[in-house]
Amino acid sequence: MIESYLPIFAQIVVAIVLGVLLSTLGVLIGPKRKTAQKLTTYESGIEPVGAAKERVSVKYYLVAMLFIVFDIEVVFMYPWAVSFREYGIAGLLSMVTFALLLLAGYFYIIKKGALEWD
Amino acid sequence: MQYLAVFFLAMELAHRVALGVVMITVIILSVVLTVWSERRVAAFIQHRVGPNRVGPFGLLQPFADVMKLLFKEDVVPSSANRFYHVLAPMISLFAAMTTVAVVPFANGIAIADVNVGMLYILAITSLGVYGLTIAGWASNNKYSLLGGLRSSAQMISYELAMGLSVVSVIVLADSLNMTNIVESQTANPLYWNCFRNFLGFVCFTVAAFAECNRAPFDLPEAEQELVGGYNTEFGAMKFAMFFLAEYANMIVASMVIVTLFLGGYQVPFWSEAPWFVQVGAFAAKTVLMIFVFIWVRWSVPRFKYSQLMNLGWKSLLPLALLNLLLVAAGVLLLGGK
Repeated sequence: MIESYLPIFAQIVVAIVLGVLLSTLGVLIGPKRKTAQKLTTYESGIEPVGAAKERVSVKYYLVAMLFIVFDIEVVFMYPWAVSFREYGIAGLLSMVTFALLLLAGYFYIIKKGALEWD
Repeated sequence: MQYLAVFFLAMELAHRVALGVVMITVIILSVVLTVWSERRVAAFIQHRVGPNRVGPFGLLQPFADVMKLLFKEDVVPSSANRFYHVLAPMISLFAAMTTVAVVPFANGIAIADVNVGMLYILAITSLGVYGLTIAGWASNNKYSLLGGLRSSAQMISYELAMGLSVVSVIVLADSLNMTNIVESQTANPLYWNCFRNFLGFVCFTVAAFAECNRAPFDLPEAEQELVGGYNTEFGAMKFAMFFLAEYANMIVASMVIVTLFLGGYQVPFWSEAPWFVQVGAFAAKTVLMIFVFIWVRWSVPRFKYSQLMNLGWKSLLPLALLNLLLVAAGVLLLGGK
């Protein structure tokens, strides 16, 4: 079965080659007339004020953490889904239990206001 | 005998690699066509004429645009991180071009017919987030960084709903293999997943719009507030690569929606159709989905960020979970039909 993955690796190589090729073409063909003004940060013609990498809202970090938690739980469902028909009613009941546990955590983070964006 | 087997294996591999190269070419050409039709459809919706000067019906306009971008200067801002600034567009393009590898275009015609096809698609589409985030971070520009952050938060939020609706498709198909998923929908349109699994279809389509950063979810590059968003500092071919990746993502997302929910290559009421009819049916359905993408973009206004996150976390996620349980119960009651 392992050989059925070979075309995927070939596709990956082709995609990388395409990306490198296009970038190199752009660098090779385009003119090179660099000035200090041209290389400044673009802020719609206004002189850049302050640094870009300042502190950002912690909300983004929270969303990323919650994503990891929930995505791992979704990943657990894939093997369950493939073998669901073998397990029948027992499989359904265990998934309902799992979903209820998931929902308990879900309502907890909503009540905590972790997903409020205002 | 053993040499012969190796020879046949090599021949088949060569065929599949050739199909992969052909598909990348087809995608690039369809990106060109999609850009043109998007501008024409937008013009039609807004009572304008749209591009009609370059070539017949303006068909050569996108080629002219690419030529212009090719002859522009490749600028890396002095405050940017050079390596990641070059790498980011490549990652975006890479994710867009490799997802197609497991999509079946007809019975038995796919670049790779692996038994975990669906997992592969989810894995590769997650890589696309890196392209936008790294682009925003490497540019060292406030607007780029905000655009990159927004897009990463948005894409991972909608990936949950997407993953959950995919699970319901897998329950129905009893397999992760893309060809099996298509075969399970049969040639009768009533058994296609868009009817059997309507809620899943809605969740997946909405999530796919968000994953592609298409309107009404195009906040990462909301030009009124963020200049150009994550690609503000990208010009010339690097911008072209982001543009190419964005439209390629849209086309590939349409293909995946067609495969999972619209019966894939199945021709209505003709289960033993020859391969070229199946490819034609697949292409027709994909074009229809692309048209829906364009149609929605020019009809629906952009969300606020809080609305977008609320829709993803508070509506789609519970809806997809509920749908999964309903589908599972339905499969138990009706025995898989």
